[in-house]
Amino acid sequence: MKFTLSWLKDHLETDAGAEELAGKMTAIGLEVESLSDPAAALAPFIVARIESAEKHPHADRLKLCKVDTGSAMVAVVCGAPNARTGLKGVFAAPGTVIPASGAALKISGIRGVESRGMLCSARELQLGEDHEGIIELPDDAPVGQSFAAYRGLSDPVFEIRLTPNRPDCFGVRGIARDLAAVGMGRLKPRGANAVTGAFKSPFGIALATDDKTACPYLVGRYFKGLRNGPSPEWLQNRLKAIGQKPISALVDITNYLTIDAARPLHVFDAAKVKGGIRARPAEPGEKILALNGKEYALDPDITVIADHETAHAIAGIMGGMESGCTGTTTEAFLECAYFDPVRTARSGRRLQITSDARTRFERGVDPGFMLEAAGLATKLILDICGGVASELVVAGAPPKVSGAAHLRASRCKTLGGLDVPVLEQKKLLEAIGCTVKDAPGGLDVAFPGWRPDMEGEADCVEEILRLKGYDAIPPVSMPRLQVFAENPFLPAQRRAEAAKRALAARGMLEAVTWSFMPASLAALFGGEGPRLQNPISSDLDVMRKTLLPNLLQAAARNAGRGYPDAALFEAGAVYHGLAPEDQGFCVGGVRAGLARPRHWAEKARAADLFDAKADARAALAAVGAPVAGVQASPGAPGWFHPGRSGVLRLGGAVLGAFGEIHPAILRQLDIRTPACGFELFFDALPSLKETGAARPPVDLPELQPVVRDFAFRMPRDAAAGALVRAVQGASRELIAGVEVFDLYEGEGVPEGSKSLAVEVRIQPRGKSLTEGELEALSEKIIAAASRAAGATLR
Amino acid sequence: MTDLSTLKSECAGAIEAATDLAALEVARVAALGKKGKVTGLLKTLGGLPEGERREFGARINTLKDELEELIAARRAAIEAKDLDARLAFERADVTLSPRPEQTGALHPITRTIAEICNLFAQMGFKVAEGPHIEDDALNFTALNMPPDHPARQMQDTFYLEGMGSGVEGMGSETGQSDPEPPAQNPKPYVLRTHTSPVQVRAMLKEKPPLRVLAPGRVFRCDSDQTHAPMFHQVEGLVVDEATHMGHLKGTLADFMRAYFNAPNLKLRFRPSYFPFTEPSAEVDIGCDRSDGGLKICEGEDWLEVLGCGMVHPKVLQNCGVDPARYQGYAFGMGVERLAMLKYGIPDLRTFFEADLRWLRHYGFSVLDQ
Repeated sequence: MKFTLSWLKDHLETDAGAEELAGKMTAIGLEVESLSDPAAALAPFIVARIESAEKHPHADRLKLCKVDTGSAMVAVVCGAPNARTGLKGVFAAPGTVIPASGAALKISGIRGVESRGMLCSARELQLGEDHEGIIELPDDAPVGQSFAAYRGLSDPVFEIRLTPNRPDCFGVRGIARDLAAVGMGRLKPRGANAVTGAFKSPFGIALATDDKTACPYLVGRYFKGLRNGPSPEWLQNRLKAIGQKPISALVDITNYLTIDAARPLHVFDAAKVKGGIRARPAEPGEKILALNGKEYALDPDITVIADHETAHAIAGIMGGMESGCTGTTTEAFLECAYFDPVRTARSGRRLQITSDARTRFERGVDPGFMLEAAGLATKLILDICGGVASELVVAGAPPKVSGAAHLRASRCKTLGGLDVPVLEQKKLLEAIGCTVKDAPGGLDVAFPGWRPDMEGEADCVEEILRLKGYDAIPPVSMPRLQVFAENPFLPAQRRAEAAKRALAARGMLEAVTWSFMPASLAALFGGEGPRLQNPISSDLDVMRKTLLPNLLQAAARNAGRGYPDAALFEAGAVYHGLAPEDQGFCVGGVRAGLARPRHWAEKARAADLFDAKADARAALAAVGAPVAGVQASPGAPGWFHPGRSGVLRLGGAVLGAFGEIHPAILRQLDIRTPACGFELFFDALPSLKETGAARPPVDLPELQPVVRDFAFRMPRDAAAGALVRAVQGASRELIAGVEVFDLYEGEGVPEGSKSLAVEVRIQPRGKSLTEGELEALSEKIIAAASRAAGATLR
Repeated sequence: MTDLSTLKSECAGAIEAATDLAALEVARVAALGKKGKVTGLLKTLGGLPEGERREFGARINTLKDELEELIAARRAAIEAKDLDARLAFERADVTLSPRPEQTGALHPITRTIAEICNLFAQMGFKVAEGPHIEDDALNFTALNMPPDHPARQMQDTFYLEGMGSGVEGMGSETGQSDPEPPAQNPKPYVLRTHTSPVQVRAMLKEKPPLRVLAPGRVFRCDSDQTHAPMFHQVEGLVVDEATHMGHLKGTLADFMRAYFNAPNLKLRFRPSYFPFTEPSAEVDIGCDRSDGGLKICEGEDWLEVLGCGMVHPKVLQNCGVDPARYQGYAFGMGVERLAMLKYGIPDLRTFFEADLRWLRHYGFSVLDQ
């Protein structure tokens, strides 16, 4: 919402300056986004008088002027034909920035004579198109004074950002009312504006909507003998100052009242309307060419203003081109209506039209300000366009939009935290137009028609606090609930946090990527999650079902920047469907390029599936999952390398997947290094018991463990995990650890076989083991390995 | 009778002559080994008369002890010499880089959410979560934003296509600011535009008194230099019988001062409008822009940081809380914005680019407290 200071002063009698008013507006919730003075650029220009003008010695068209600037006598070379002795004009000293060129004026020699300043044309000051001569001011113009001040050009423009609850402040008068309520001046009364009609309107009006709420009230008036030329300068200036283009008097008047009084109106060229207007639902498929030059297809949910043949306006949104007023309009029909906010909003959205009218109707215009608004428009039309006006024609009745509430005397204190005397409460509410009566225990407050947002007691409290200023409310710290706070985080949040820390501790960087991804990529990763109707771009059009694609894309982007070795993880949501239970939480990570960089002390190594497995297990351990019971087996989703990937199971539940990324997917993503990744499905984790802080008792055997190595030959496809479990199982009591320390395939090992060497840590309990006992245990280990994994001792 | 002193000097000479451990061992074996000279003498003891045997045996043992001492001393000397030689040889170039450690980092969003939650936890708030895809009723209607409410235009909403329900889509129009909710879908789904639905769920589930904090991802159909289609919020909600706007001011002042570690930080509450609060306010904090940068706390400028207000009676009612008895406040703040202000991160969009250099630079060590 834009308006100027002088416009505001039409409604508000005040001595306050623009800055002060702007500060106050922001303080009462009418946030000033900008305050600018278009005349600020003219500040350095001053009124000056040409004391003498003589011909330039070396140029016929130029004159040498002696100019009195009030503080000095200056020599100026001037080419304007009207430069003459005694002329009062506008002087710019050297260094002044000329608005038209944006350049600073220099002292210059013109044909051998120095010019110490310039007398300006209207065009140079961007005050008009005239460049034939310099500006001529009246004889009484005060030499030496600021030109802008003399001309009254200084009219600051406010732009405020309005919240949707304040339709009244989409009119300058509403803003003036709020300012007057906070003591920034007096709201000027509107003059009487009832106009008695000179004849009976030849046009009738009617309400023909199925739903009476669509347009419950319609007022009209017929005009004859109009001249619809350009509007007068004051009106044009008002509109130009806020960036609107003057069109013609009739159009400008309606636009003016839209801004001035938050009251959109429409004027039809009566010659193009047949017999009268009615509000009715649009016909299915009905079309209208709107004033913006675009054609719109309508439907019965949209209300139109029509004659008995065709629609002439989209109710509350935009007039029709066909019946718009033009320079030849001599007879016109004024329409002033109340349109339902919700329907207006819906129609506007459907048609994708934003207009000043829609903005106001969809927030709610004041239904009590219809006859008066018609009167204001009538007076302006008759003043500016001449002619005569008919009697008003009226259909329907104003709807009741404003409510009332009882305000408890104590409520400002109990809800707002500020004690306000009842008398002051009453005064403030009355200042914004409420009708207030004393009532037992407080006040009965009836809200004005221009405040459809006010509904109840809380609104009264808000208005009082707003006008008092929130600064007046004393801050109070929250009372404590208990001596020691409980852990504020949910178990799931604590798990996520623990997993993140574990992965960061393993050298991975936490990323936050979009919850969306391209559908084209989703196809490679098990299909699309829910699809967005209005994605921000076509490559962010579906919700992700897995974290890996975005992380892999991130790795590819980093490689593109010259950083191919990436270790990234993310903890975040995945979306399998719309229902809450179909939205899950995952922790996933990707390592691309080298896991160990080139270094003099050790060999470089590409990231592989065992990095991913270690990452996954570290995260599981961090969240308290029983990692010892988690088993890996083949069966990861298709975006992993089929032979170098696996899933992690705990009992029957699949907790996650890990592995090297499928080479075809890497190619598709333009990743030229190996890459591996893992993803853990946190929703599949068993709900972990809160075990408390106490640990189980520590086991510290007195005897030293004995370490024995075994080398087995076993089928190539047999699982090392099975071997390890079998060895471990040979004696739950004595075997404290089993670790594979060598894996070999190739020369010396038969085709189809591999050699696995394990270190077994044997922990004697109570007494040392004899050689015989050790021997017996070794036999059990070998037998178990053979049974479980087809392994034979090498 | 062998001359023990000759034997001693003979053996001692061999020991002293040894320059390495191998030679020393040869000397030791020659003297004390199974077939050594001293051992050989011990074997002759059996043939001596009782008195002589004892005396001679004692002397041999003394000799043996003396030689063992000499050997030990010689071994120590040789080892010391060997060590000196080894140390003189062993040299590392200490300027070489050590084996690289991978240092990971947590994202500033993780860090900032934790900071915010921990501060509010001290005021008795507990954290809650909810789904990102919400039905329209929880994201809007319950919050006093029925369909067609003009306030819905304040938040550019992402709508989801009904999964297999044949809902009429919106075609390929992207990024439009004024989308129409699909009226024909009985339950339109949206990406939550704020974390407020989490609070709605909390109120529907638990009875007051409530102090709830809802951190998480939110989505707005908006993308430019200062807007991302996804960002993070922390919203707070208090519902009880007595909490008023003074508490709201106190809570936010306490929080902001602690978060920015600025005990004298100024706050300004300006009237504003949100459909779910009444009265509503926007909160500015003091800052200084005088040197072209932005410093929190000092100076005369203001910076908007969050929106808040007293929960609208209709919202309480919609959530099954009796507005005649209960009241409270709600606030919402942008996590990225608070992170940017505190940690000097200049650009919102960079949060989501997963640039390794950025993550290393702005990320936090797991050891950071």
